[in-house]
Amino acid sequence: MQYTNNTRQMDLKEKLVSSFMAFENRIDVDAPVHEIRNEAIKIFETNGFPTKKDEAWKYTSLNSVLKKDYSVFPKHENALEFSEVKSYMLHEMDTYKIIFIDGKYSSHLSQTTHDGFDVCLMSSALNNPKYRLVIENYFNKIAEKDGLTSLNTAFATEGAYIHIKKNKLVNKPIQILHFSTGSEEAVMLQPRNLIVVDENSHVQIIERHQSLTDNPVLTNSVTEIFANKRAIVDYYKLQNDNKHASLIDNTFANQKQESHVSVHTFSFGGKLVRNNLHFYQNGERIDSTLNGITIIGDKQHVDHNTLVHHIEPNCESHQDYKGIFADNSTGVFNGRVVVNKEAQKTNAFQSNNNILLSDKATINSKPQLEIFADDVKCSHGCTIGQLDESAMFYMRSRGIPEKEAKALLMYAFSNNVLESVKIPEIKTRITKIIAEKLGVNLGFDL
Amino acid sequence: MLKINNLHASVEDKAILKGINLEVKPGEVHAIMGPNGSGKSTLSSVIAGKEEYEVTDGEIFFDEENIEELSAEERAHKGIFLSFQYPVEIPGVSVTNFIKTAINETRKAKGLPDMPANEMLKLIREKSELLEIDRKFLSRSLNQGFSGGEKKRNEIFQMAMLEPKLAILDETDSGLDIDALRIVASGVNKLKSKDNAVVLITHYQRLLDYIVPDFVHVLYNGRIVKSGGKELAHELEEKGYDWIKEEVNA
Repeated sequence: MQYTNNTRQMDLKEKLVSSFMAFENRIDVDAPVHEIRNEAIKIFETNGFPTKKDEAWKYTSLNSVLKKDYSVFPKHENALEFSEVKSYMLHEMDTYKIIFIDGKYSSHLSQTTHDGFDVCLMSSALNNPKYRLVIENYFNKIAEKDGLTSLNTAFATEGAYIHIKKNKLVNKPIQILHFSTGSEEAVMLQPRNLIVVDENSHVQIIERHQSLTDNPVLTNSVTEIFANKRAIVDYYKLQNDNKHASLIDNTFANQKQESHVSVHTFSFGGKLVRNNLHFYQNGERIDSTLNGITIIGDKQHVDHNTLVHHIEPNCESHQDYKGIFADNSTGVFNGRVVVNKEAQKTNAFQSNNNILLSDKATINSKPQLEIFADDVKCSHGCTIGQLDESAMFYMRSRGIPEKEAKALLMYAFSNNVLESVKIPEIKTRITKIIAEKLGVNLGFDL
Repeated sequence: MLKINNLHASVEDKAILKGINLEVKPGEVHAIMGPNGSGKSTLSSVIAGKEEYEVTDGEIFFDEENIEELSAEERAHKGIFLSFQYPVEIPGVSVTNFIKTAINETRKAKGLPDMPANEMLKLIREKSELLEIDRKFLSRSLNQGFSGGEKKRNEIFQMAMLEPKLAILDETDSGLDIDALRIVASGVNKLKSKDNAVVLITHYQRLLDYIVPDFVHVLYNGRIVKSGGKELAHELEEKGYDWIKEEVNA
């Protein structure tokens, strides 16, 4: 069995490496990023996919998702109507939209802009000389150089390119949506996003990956976020895909002085989800927020791997991850905080609280603090428990039925993460998804 | 209204109630007193339907229906209310949202639609004034960081909102200063009617100066060993419980 798995993995790796040559024939090899791509495929060839032997992948095995015979370049161009995807979008409010169908841009569904700032496509940024300087300065500059990220770098042609120039308050949120239509038997996607926010600017972004059929999808996504001086970036990842879709999300944020970046990750669906979320604080008085709510069941697996690297003094980071695990689901939280010797007066907080609803659900929670400065305030806490029985009896004795009481407790449990969501429509949407997941209808918003 | 016959109950195989008989009629106030560990809180939990307690013998009838198989929420829907000795803290759920949910779930169980929002607000205003509860208090997380007195007042506020037929107040007087005790007692008195009943579970006679019982029962070692009128409470206050124990053990 082990042997079969290995050969399959080998197959996919080899398929990808050999596909790269075919890929080169289709793209502009003189483009400045080509050098980077060449470098990246070599790294992938050397490192391959991570295995459980890698410390960072100890509790997450990719074996089952790598077994499929993925097509690397979807053959068909597919179209979707707004009505087919409306329910996956925040449609109650006005937003910019960058929408992809099987990895290809859908101009029909999207709403981009170049009016004062660029909300457009990675493909045009990579090919148009107008963007050359930004690409040279930012593309692949903070992405990790590991196998998976390099695989994405090698093949990435499409995704969102967002550049908010100085002193701009983007008037409406930007949605980045990826749909898979299942026209291929199995497909692997490599979306690549670059987000550059210049001085004093503010932007809100929502990202979602959604498969529309039961055909397997494996998405290996890379997002680089650059928040320059005093920039504010609020990023929301909504992960509620079906049970045949898996996602490896690699997101890297580089912050300059006095910038605020928050990333909220809502993980409710998918077969396997791995979130690599790494923050680098390159400046003083920076604030980083990493929040998450995970509610899964069945045999789902969600792994949060976070890193906050405090490089300079007087900065803060806040991590708050809540998890509710039912059935045979498994969760992983690995939160690493590094405080450099120079990063005095750092305030770094981390908490990871979990509720296991079944005897068969598991969570592996591992805080990892590496502190080299002596004048810092760092805290971390991790809890794993069941629903409070005395609270259950209290609520039921007031007439709230068992299922509703459970749901109310779970809402309450994840409420402080929801409170930090700044877009009310997202909050409403998340609340609705949580209610659906818990199978209840509570007559109020928390 | 409530009729308990020969009730035996145990928790983790330890017998705690060993044959309770009690009848409460509409309009009555009963006080159940007794030394620590006599089974007072167990009795109230068993009536309210706490699953950890196993009824090993006997029956509980509420409005002539045997409620043994009913869940805690079903008993609440029928009109049984338990004011907790130690109300549970529920961070993230406000007092208002909690009571709204409780009321509307109870209505749902009776086939009624949700209470209209303006009616709910009016009811909340009326009942919070009755218990001298500050409006700001209602948006706080349920019982979280409440003082002992605030917790108990909040229990009686919920009782006022839910208008139960049978209210069991478990050690409602403990942790109350005299002002809070007066407010809570006057709240309970105002809610009393010929159609509902109150069972006060208390260690001390103090509360009974404010809510005057029609009957006083002494619970000792899992049985009601003595019943009488309100004067029995005074006797217990004066002489303590030792004479009862001696009488029983003799």
